[in-house]
Amino acid sequence: MSATMDTAAHLSSAARTDGPPAILMDKVNKWYGALHVLRDINLSVAQGERVVVCGPSGSGKSTMIRCINRLEQHQEGRIVVDNIELTDDLRSLDAIRREVGMVFQSFNLFPHLTILENCTLAPIWVRRMPKKEAEALAMEYLTRVKIPEQANKYPGQLSGGQQQRVAIARALCMKPKIMLFDEPTSALDPEMIKEVLDTMVMLADTGMTMICVTHEMGFARQVADRVVFMDRGEIVESGVPEQLFNDPKTERLKTFLSQILRGH
Amino acid sequence: MSDTADPRLLRAPPKKGIRLSWTDERLRGIVWQLLVVGLVGGIIWWLVSNTAHNLEVRRIATGWGFLNREAGLPIGESLIDYNPTNTYSRALLVGVLNTLKVAVVGIILATILGTLIGIARLSKNWLLSRLAATYIEVIRDLPLLLQLLFWYVILQGLPAPRQSLNPMTGVFLSNRGLKLPWVQWQDAHSFALLGLVAGIVATFLYARSARAKRMTDGQPRKVWPVGLGLILGLPLLIWAALGAPWQGDIPALRGFNFQGGLTVTPEYFALLLGLVTYTAGFIAEIVRAGIQSVPQGQWEAAEALGLQRGRIMRQIVLPQALRVIIPPMTSQYLNLTKNSSLAVAIGYQDIVSISNTTLNQTGQAIEGIAIIMAVYLCISLSISLFMNWYNARIALVER
Repeated sequence: MSATMDTAAHLSSAARTDGPPAILMDKVNKWYGALHVLRDINLSVAQGERVVVCGPSGSGKSTMIRCINRLEQHQEGRIVVDNIELTDDLRSLDAIRREVGMVFQSFNLFPHLTILENCTLAPIWVRRMPKKEAEALAMEYLTRVKIPEQANKYPGQLSGGQQQRVAIARALCMKPKIMLFDEPTSALDPEMIKEVLDTMVMLADTGMTMICVTHEMGFARQVADRVVFMDRGEIVESGVPEQLFNDPKTERLKTFLSQILRGH
Repeated sequence: MSDTADPRLLRAPPKKGIRLSWTDERLRGIVWQLLVVGLVGGIIWWLVSNTAHNLEVRRIATGWGFLNREAGLPIGESLIDYNPTNTYSRALLVGVLNTLKVAVVGIILATILGTLIGIARLSKNWLLSRLAATYIEVIRDLPLLLQLLFWYVILQGLPAPRQSLNPMTGVFLSNRGLKLPWVQWQDAHSFALLGLVAGIVATFLYARSARAKRMTDGQPRKVWPVGLGLILGLPLLIWAALGAPWQGDIPALRGFNFQGGLTVTPEYFALLLGLVTYTAGFIAEIVRAGIQSVPQGQWEAAEALGLQRGRIMRQIVLPQALRVIIPPMTSQYLNLTKNSSLAVAIGYQDIVSISNTTLNQTGQAIEGIAIIMAVYLCISLSISLFMNWYNARIALVER
């Protein structure tokens, strides 16, 4: 492990290093059958910190963040989210999923519910919120992602960029402490990427703890406190964006960056 | 679609005349249509005139007069009072009711069994899913007639009434069928039954109001204690208020057979068992396909929001799965109903069996076949209409 250990020096002002970390991954390992997809992952994310995870496809980025809200189960090591350790105990799982919001590459909006219903479903059934209150909350977040006028439409009537912004609003309606983004712009047409990234920048400005798997280097430079580079199931390098992008230490990161830049 | 009022967009399409030429598409279409109509009309005319001629030559009477004659045909089981001195029309009515009895009960049981097996097929438990898969393959690959005969032979292989199996007091299983204890039916029981229906409706209404209240204050309410009280308590209360009549009708061996009690005949039991197990195999696959048609991402998104699995099933997966499930399910219900005509092979007296006997005795084959066709057409259309209504009711709006 050649990863540079994080220091408090390059954390954003929003990040608080004094309290316990929002997310702690300690020697996490995972296999798909015989395939070793996560190798000794050590990652600590402070509250309010914004982390961007990048790396070639198949490097385990998505698997890693999906372990954080247990859409995937790790087989070895410890994951502690918001002071709750992830175990097979269903109560701890429910507690964590209430605090961790997730945005997917393919939006995964519920096609048979309106935009508003998509947003109010979880607050009503999980947070036990009265419907009126949940709707007011949903409208507030839909306004923040700049699509309140679409509230009564169905996901199929919206563009990809609008759908992804709804997905962000839907996750925010649960008032999560942590947001996970799994390649949120990869399924979007180029002209829609910006509107989603703008929404994420706005969210970052509110001090939300965020982990974002993305290849958008501009976004990483703009908001990330730290960039983590993964390859073949391990964290190869991590550090502040400038340092990582301008002065890659490892051959693997150099190769990756040259491929990414060639593509742009 | 568009609500624009631009007059240029409202211009009518140009009128096209027909050219009298074989290369004109529309003229050609009309000629083909006329040819097909003529052909079909000719075939029908030939069939009708040929039949009328043959009937006349063989001096076979036509018409529905036979319906009011004495049937003189014995029927083993009937939902209404019947004896061989009744008319053919009453005998046929018994047949229709027997068909409905096996079709309705069969559809309900096949849906329950098929859904359970379909869900078991998707289970993460290796043994359970393998067992379900094996069941589906075996059941679907064997002809239904063979399966019906199999069940019938098994039931015939049971001991005679004197040596019948007696798993519980008052319950006897022999080659004469299944005998169950029953009560001597009185008005109080009918009212209690009405109470049960009222209890179910009241529970449904309570569940709806509990949900509506939850929407205003967010607090969940337990529905099942109230529901249990309504569904069990209401009929019991009515029954008790009417004097709690209870005169058992316990089957007892008299001579070579049982008297009293409720009887499930081996013919009915074999037919029901065969139809239910067979159709459940197909329904299981339909249910599995329906649930699998909902993308994994829907589960993940709902789980990531913290929703419980049961809630996800009810509010996210099932609404999307049902629209894939309902249309093929309708076909299976129709299949089950029509397959019940195989009853004739194991001696269950359904409408086909009784119509057959009728047409043998009266010689009026055309009327007999017409009755069978009309009965199945009516039942099938009713099922289709109901399922189409249900399908439209649960249809999802997505845009």
